[in-house]
Amino acid sequence: MSDQTHMPVGHDLAPGEEEQHSVGERVIGYVVGLVLALLLTATSFFIAGTDLVWQPSIPVALIVLAIAQMGVHLVFFLHITTGPDNTNNVLALAFGLLIVFLVVGGTVWIMGHLNQNMPPMDQFIQMHS
Amino acid sequence: MPAGRTVEAMMLGKLDWSAIPFDQPIPLIAGAVVLVGILAVLIWVVVKGHLPYLWHEWITSVDHKRIGVMYILLASVMLLRGGSDAIMMRIQQAIAYQSQGYLPPEHYNQIFSAHGTIMIFFVAMPFVIGLMNLVVPLQLGVRDVAFPTLNSVGFWLTSTGALLVNVSLVVGEFARTGWLAFPPLSGLTYSPGVGVDYYAWSLQISGVGTLVAGINLVTTVLKLRTKGMNYLRMPMFCWTTLASNLLIVAAFPILTATLAMLLLDRYLGFHFFTNEAGGNVMMFMNLIWAWGHPEVYILVLPAFGIYSEVVSTFSGKPLFGYRSMVLATMAICVISFMVWLHHFFTMGAGPDVNAIFGIASMIIAVPTGVKIYNWLFTMYGGRIRFATPMLWSVGFMVTFIIGGLTGVLVAVPPADFMLHNSMFLVAHFHNVIIGGVLFGAFAGFEYWFPKAFGFRLDERWGKVAFWFTFIGFYVTFMPLYVVGMLGMTRRLQHYDVAAWRPWMMVAAIGMLLLSIGVLAQVMQLVVSIRNREALRDRTGDPWDGRSLEWATSSPPPVFNFAFPPDVRGEDAYWALKWHAKVQQLEDHPGPEYQDIEMPRNSPTGFVCAFFATVMGFALIWHIWWMVILGGLGAFATFVVFAWRDHDEYVIPAAEVERIDRINIEERRSLVSMAGAA
Repeated sequence: MSDQTHMPVGHDLAPGEEEQHSVGERVIGYVVGLVLALLLTATSFFIAGTDLVWQPSIPVALIVLAIAQMGVHLVFFLHITTGPDNTNNVLALAFGLLIVFLVVGGTVWIMGHLNQNMPPMDQFIQMHS
Repeated sequence: MPAGRTVEAMMLGKLDWSAIPFDQPIPLIAGAVVLVGILAVLIWVVVKGHLPYLWHEWITSVDHKRIGVMYILLASVMLLRGGSDAIMMRIQQAIAYQSQGYLPPEHYNQIFSAHGTIMIFFVAMPFVIGLMNLVVPLQLGVRDVAFPTLNSVGFWLTSTGALLVNVSLVVGEFARTGWLAFPPLSGLTYSPGVGVDYYAWSLQISGVGTLVAGINLVTTVLKLRTKGMNYLRMPMFCWTTLASNLLIVAAFPILTATLAMLLLDRYLGFHFFTNEAGGNVMMFMNLIWAWGHPEVYILVLPAFGIYSEVVSTFSGKPLFGYRSMVLATMAICVISFMVWLHHFFTMGAGPDVNAIFGIASMIIAVPTGVKIYNWLFTMYGGRIRFATPMLWSVGFMVTFIIGGLTGVLVAVPPADFMLHNSMFLVAHFHNVIIGGVLFGAFAGFEYWFPKAFGFRLDERWGKVAFWFTFIGFYVTFMPLYVVGMLGMTRRLQHYDVAAWRPWMMVAAIGMLLLSIGVLAQVMQLVVSIRNREALRDRTGDPWDGRSLEWATSSPPPVFNFAFPPDVRGEDAYWALKWHAKVQQLEDHPGPEYQDIEMPRNSPTGFVCAFFATVMGFALIWHIWWMVILGGLGAFATFVVFAWRDHDEYVIPAAEVERIDRINIEERRSLVSMAGAA
């Protein structure tokens, strides 16, 4: 990074850049994030082993908790907000999510369809015996 | 095992004298010639005392222009290597009718694998990345890329990959698996040698370099633009650079992860892609093409950007449909992640999957078609100058339409079932990659060479090169479409079908024409360097250009612009020129010159790449102590760089003023000459 700082375009912040907040505010932000993250983690462990809730709902609950965990990390630790100074970061995140969705979703779909054009295994064995 | 052999195995891993192919004259002689050539150049450099200059001005340079030039140099050298592979293959297929030809199968297999790997990873990629590096900061009106030293690291890691591929020619062997190394053939069971390891490690290392370049260029376009350069005023090349590098950032990690899994299979007995123990080879096809298809667009999008710049400059008109062009580019950027299954329609998926991916593949032709029409309408009514870059662009339009149409053809799953892995497919992807990417790279090379070096390239030799390459392309690859229709599959070392023979002979003649084209390009360079005084471009604007790179001198000073340009619309420099003409370049006092801080040169990239080469070579040959040594060295380099004290130097205002005055004087003399004429 050279002297480009005197000709910036927007005023948005890169991830990890210092924000214009007092130290106290920032500490509170991190502490809240930490507490929430720990809470969500503890809940996940608790739910996985409990029989208090309907058993088939447990995987769904874990997925929901995991997504909430990601949200907490993004907001409190990576400082992704909806403010106008954060457009690039939000767009980058959206692009990343889109690509992950396409690749992971596509892969699951493709791999589940792999053997569509194969004869079923029992027929296959009959044909060759 | 005797004690001596154990010590040797610890010291040298799998490496011993049998690694050098003394029994195969072709690679040995080729390797020897290259080695002698490299040694001769090195000795010449040292004896003539050019080493300090090379070290300070190029090897350790973090200037985006220098790094761009080095990328292009790397690509050009590797083009000659990949091209010789192509010549050998065409000759083999021309003579191997009912005979073994002159290349034994294991050698032939290495050649086609090396040809594909080199042409994609070490020719096309560095060429387009080099052009983006050279031009994008200039077009954005800024002084450097976002991370200059990282840029140098990226370049040198790419060179490490290229070096390892070439080392495999002499020490050991290269993969015999095709350019994507599909398992189980690339697994340990069927490829026990070091060939696949050479392939995988060189791609892993150069892949890091590519990813770094991608992050750097995305950041540059998003964060460093001069005053007034908002997104919809950026030249088209900057847009395609953004799209292409977003794809690099999204897609290259998939390649790295896939190759890492293949390497775990090969080194540590994992079972990701094996036939037994729950492995699934089809997962490899799926993942590698989830990277591989976006890769196609990573290459061709920057080329589209180059054509946009060239067509609009040489038609003397703004680009037709600029906003639709932006939209088409970003649409391609996203849709390119939705079509990868079309590379393996025949893998066994059902009609729903095949139909959806087939339709998506046809849809991606729509934004591409939008672009073609936009270029045509840009030319329509324009005052067209058929300089060499424009010839390459028009040649591209004609050729790429044929390639695109055969692409839509094979996007239809039932047709693909007939044509999969046939020579038709080979003809199709060469049609789009040569006609799209390579023509674009050449157009960009001819177009921006004066900017990089301060003199134009010889037009006569440039036109000779174009016509031989253009006609040579058709003579080589149209016959391959025909033999594909006649049922010839790809990668045949020999064949017994009489009907294919004449077409293969024609293709070999086409290869000869293509080679003459490449030689003409080399001649063009030689002639132009010798006549450089006559071809000198003192104005910085040899083509009557429209974007900001032409607003500075050729070659640009290290700081690119004495003042950050103030952009008021599209075609920023064109507007400036008209503005200046109205004002008759009045001697209005500009703002005060100021000190400029520029990043210091750094050997970090070169040293990192040195250790990466050591580590890569050691990993290939299982020399574990050397792996640790290389890893520690690279890490230490990083630590030293991270704790550096001075990363910038200051160019004093007086020096900036002196350099800028020269440029202004040259331009003024040009304007007064034009006024007199």
